Amino acid sequence: MTSASEQLFAGTSLNARDRRVEWLVRNLLGLMTALLILPVVIIMTLLVVRGGPVISWEFLTTAPVDGMTAGGIFPALVGTVWLVAVALVASVPVGVAAAVYLSEYAPDNWLTRAINLAIINLAGVPSIVHALFGVGAFVLFFRFGTSILAASLTLAVMTLPVVIVSTREALQAVPRAFREACWNMGATRWQTIRRIVLPNAVSGILTGVILEVSRTSGETAPIMFTGAAFFLPFLPQGVLDQTMAMSLHLFVIATQVPDAPDALPFGVALVLISMVLAMNALSIGFRVYVRGRKKW
Amino acid sequence: MVEGPAPNGNAAPADALPKVVVQNLRIRYGNHVALRGLDLSVRRNEILGIIGPAGSGKTSFLRALNRMDEFIPGMEVEGRITFDGRDIRRVRNVYALRSRIGVVFPLPVGLPLTVYENVALAPRLRGVRKASELDVIVERCLRRAALWEEVKDRLRSLGSLLSGGQQQRLTIARALSQEPDLLLLDEFSIAVDPVTTMRIEDVLKELKNEMSIVLVTNLVQQARRLADRTAFFLTGEHVETSDTARIFSGIVKDPRTHDYIEGRFG
Repeated sequence: MTSASEQLFAGTSLNARDRRVEWLVRNLLGLMTALLILPVVIIMTLLVVRGGPVISWEFLTTAPVDGMTAGGIFPALVGTVWLVAVALVASVPVGVAAAVYLSEYAPDNWLTRAINLAIINLAGVPSIVHALFGVGAFVLFFRFGTSILAASLTLAVMTLPVVIVSTREALQAVPRAFREACWNMGATRWQTIRRIVLPNAVSGILTGVILEVSRTSGETAPIMFTGAAFFLPFLPQGVLDQTMAMSLHLFVIATQVPDAPDALPFGVALVLISMVLAMNALSIGFRVYVRGRKKW
Repeated sequence: MVEGPAPNGNAAPADALPKVVVQNLRIRYGNHVALRGLDLSVRRNEILGIIGPAGSGKTSFLRALNRMDEFIPGMEVEGRITFDGRDIRRVRNVYALRSRIGVVFPLPVGLPLTVYENVALAPRLRGVRKASELDVIVERCLRRAALWEEVKDRLRSLGSLLSGGQQQRLTIARALSQEPDLLLLDEFSIAVDPVTTMRIEDVLKELKNEMSIVLVTNLVQQARRLADRTAFFLTGEHVETSDTARIFSGIVKDPRTHDYIEGRFG
């Protein structure tokens, strides 16, 4: 016995083929997502299982010894902090200023579009090319020698597009109506930017900066010819010194130091990736916090 | 046609000039002509109502008065507009010009600031720093916009958390905080309930003593209630401007005006 309502639904429901396709598509998309997560899970598991036992307070706070086959990673850790910090100091003001100009002042013409295209292209330049540019420009031409300064400036140039693009997106996310309301009141562009646009774009800008940090701390090629040293048992005293760095240290002990214990590279990689993940977590936390008090 | 001075016998000569004189105003957006050949003046201390169906160029007219074409892509303005006798195209300090003109749009724009800061922004921009002075301005503007009683206990909460009608009154308070001599209202009552609309209309009647007001409205009856003179725009054409009382008593130069206010249009 079929009731009238069942008749109705039989008539309006999707036919069997459409429903099969729906099932297939949904599961296919889910499978792809699972495939995406798989490498991350494998890498993290491997690092934690094999590198975890190496990690100790001593590992983090002492220098490598015995031809880098034992001891800790302290100089590399400090060096990476130096490199990232100086790179930020160099790139954030320039990147944010350029993004503010491009987003708030520049007219929409062919020149602006060409500049935007150039920025995107800059982001696509391979890091080894940036490295060689850094050698030519900062190490040799500006005579900074192989130093933290030269390496950080190279990193800064490389990550500048990240800062510019993320800042510009953060600025564009502030509704235009706010700007027009301010302009209509007689506010100048800068007054509008300072009082309305920037305060509401800060979270997005900081997210970009944190993204830059996580990217900068992992880069190897741009620093290996410009300022990062193979092995230095002491800490840098200033920006014109060379330094060890986590990324290069990992590369070195994994490829150049055959007697290094197997677990050592895993330990170094685990520390490096933990730094990056911690920065990303900070960024996500910050965004959640800011979104909670979003003003429109 | 440039209209003569307002019938205001004992005013000083400079004050007898119309506040705004518009001559042969033509506004285009690319190839689309939004307004053509407009001659119109706004007198001192009057409410000039502008009525007309959608797409008749009312909003474009308001935009031109505040030189908004400078930040609206594609908008081009030709012709001459004088404000207090000065050609606004030749005003170097466009910020000073705009600060004397308050603008209220159909949809409220609550800036992402507190209620207090929304109203204190314009005074701050013109250099008012003392908290006591700002407090006075904020309270006065909110009272005039018929909003004070509702927000006096939540001045420090976000303006965007107010209801739509309250936000529109906040926008009006913000416009008043500029201490403008010209107030442009573009269909301000769309997002406002009828009771509040009436309260704002009462406020406008008072404000008229201090400034000129241009009231663009879709509500013919609102123009009838408020405007001293009413202009009728139709698809970019300025059909006529006349005393509101005359227009609504059927004395019109163009039969289309009559058809529109009688609702016999389109």
